[in-house]
Amino acid sequence: MARPNFTQTEMMIVAASRLLEDGKTVFTGTGMPILAALLAQNTHAPKLAIIYEAGGMCPRKPPTIPLSVGDSMTTHKAIMSASMDYIMAFIQAGYGEYALLGAAQIDMYGNINTTVIGPYSKPKVRLPGSGGANDFGSLCWRTIIIMRQDKQRFVEKLDFITTPGYLLGPGAREKAGLPRNTGPWRVITQFGIYGFGDDREMTLLSIHPNVNVRDIQENSCFPIKIADKVETTPEPTDKELRILRSLDPYLIVLRK
Amino acid sequence: MEILGEGQGELLAWIDPEKHRHWVRMNKCLSMKDKVMNLDEAISKFVHDGDYLAMGGFGHVRVSMAAIYEIIRQRKRDLVFAGKTAVHDLDCLIAAGCVSKVEVAYSFGHELRGLSPASRRAVETGQVKVAAEWSNAAFQWRFKAAASGLPWVPAYILMGTDTFKYSSAKIVRDPFTSRPICLIPACFPDVAIIHVHRCDRYGNCQIDGILVEDLELARAAKRLIITTEEIIPNKRIREEPWRTCIPYFYVDAVVEVPYGSHPCNMPGCYYFDEEHIAEYLLLTRTTEGTKKYFDKYVYNVKNFDEYLELVGGAKKLNYLRKLEKGKARFTYPWIQS
Repeated sequence: MARPNFTQTEMMIVAASRLLEDGKTVFTGTGMPILAALLAQNTHAPKLAIIYEAGGMCPRKPPTIPLSVGDSMTTHKAIMSASMDYIMAFIQAGYGEYALLGAAQIDMYGNINTTVIGPYSKPKVRLPGSGGANDFGSLCWRTIIIMRQDKQRFVEKLDFITTPGYLLGPGAREKAGLPRNTGPWRVITQFGIYGFGDDREMTLLSIHPNVNVRDIQENSCFPIKIADKVETTPEPTDKELRILRSLDPYLIVLRK
Repeated sequence: MEILGEGQGELLAWIDPEKHRHWVRMNKCLSMKDKVMNLDEAISKFVHDGDYLAMGGFGHVRVSMAAIYEIIRQRKRDLVFAGKTAVHDLDCLIAAGCVSKVEVAYSFGHELRGLSPASRRAVETGQVKVAAEWSNAAFQWRFKAAASGLPWVPAYILMGTDTFKYSSAKIVRDPFTSRPICLIPACFPDVAIIHVHRCDRYGNCQIDGILVEDLELARAAKRLIITTEEIIPNKRIREEPWRTCIPYFYVDAVVEVPYGSHPCNMPGCYYFDEEHIAEYLLLTRTTEGTKKYFDKYVYNVKNFDEYLELVGGAKKLNYLRKLEKGKARFTYPWIQS
């Protein structure tokens, strides 16, 4: 079999970008999420409104990828440089369609950890914490998580619940007080695309090219459900790859 | 109101708004007066050991690095830091040993550049204590509550998570909807330092680009130091009053420091100095390297002008100005192949 002309990172970003419907709002973290939003905006979703938590609203394609969700690239030809209060109030009032987040750990209910690996009081690795993730994951209608999958990351019990997924299962978000009809919608890894059914447990919806269902299960500490009809993710097209590579010309994210 | 949950994090920088009102009446100057002073004077006057400090901007965007270096030069100790998207500002203060406690929304990281070696070392060995966890929205709403003279603001965030458990927020049953809602406690920092594009001698400030949470922070802090790229005549402020985002009432000191955010990004003016940040990230991997960095760039330079010469002078600063306009080649020397 010929070696694919795309990397796992590129497959993940392309898969995430295709999920973003034109004419909606998307709120992103740094790295792969930003690239996925920019790729969508520069392919099938020219009216996708990319919004950054520090205040950048609807910027156009910047000369280089933002290093920070608050740097000058996040207001490049934007419609408004607002404030964090403005953006967070905007999503709390219902204007936030998609959140696009990365994570260090995830569990079967889509809860995510970006705070600490190991015990909280004596961390093995201290990570940066929530940032805007808890806010996006609490308030946006549909949260998409993009992360690499292995047994250290797909865990039975998180070391720390930074950002709410479906918490302990059906009804738990609403009971906790989080806005109704919100929560994790898709998870994208180097192996496939997952969703959450009525039982709120992670379920395989689509498998990437050259991946076995065995890979899916062997790289998770919790059992992953398989949808009745699992699709195969179409390979990135030449056009998608060309545009994606032009968005990160210095390979800051794509080198991985 | 029925209390449904209480975070176990340490409640810091909260006071009864009644007390704050009284403090304001006794301590803040309501008349417009000249507040221009030198940086060393502003820091020694308004930043004290043990103070709760919050920086304006966004961690490595429009942060007052000149003030950070001066705090380090004056060897302030035991600062409590508002880690509301804290990046290079907090990392330098931790690396230099100025901070003993942090409240974390986003800290110990350099966003796309990765984790901060010095901060990670300090927090993982227990040298720096994390007092509470927050989210970015929560932190800035703490300032919003304080700015409004209120004890808390309600929000639909944090609930159900460990971020709440380690915060100092509370969840109550909302008497209007009967559903749970999270109360985010006010935060009144002892001192805030905000870097702006321009202001007059009295402290009426203009900021270009995103405001982050500086509208709220400026009003929440007890003392406010403004560092500015440029001091402009009051006449110019009055020609475009709609551009003023911080009026003089809140301001205690005005310090003119061109390029005062270097090596960070000043929107519309200059972009990140990635060469310098890469040197910093490399040296701070070890305690010896960290010492070398601060000796070279802080302790052994007399002032910020001398520092600017040391990092490359006019040639480097012109390049960073061009970068901000997208008219020079970007480089990322911290990328490890």
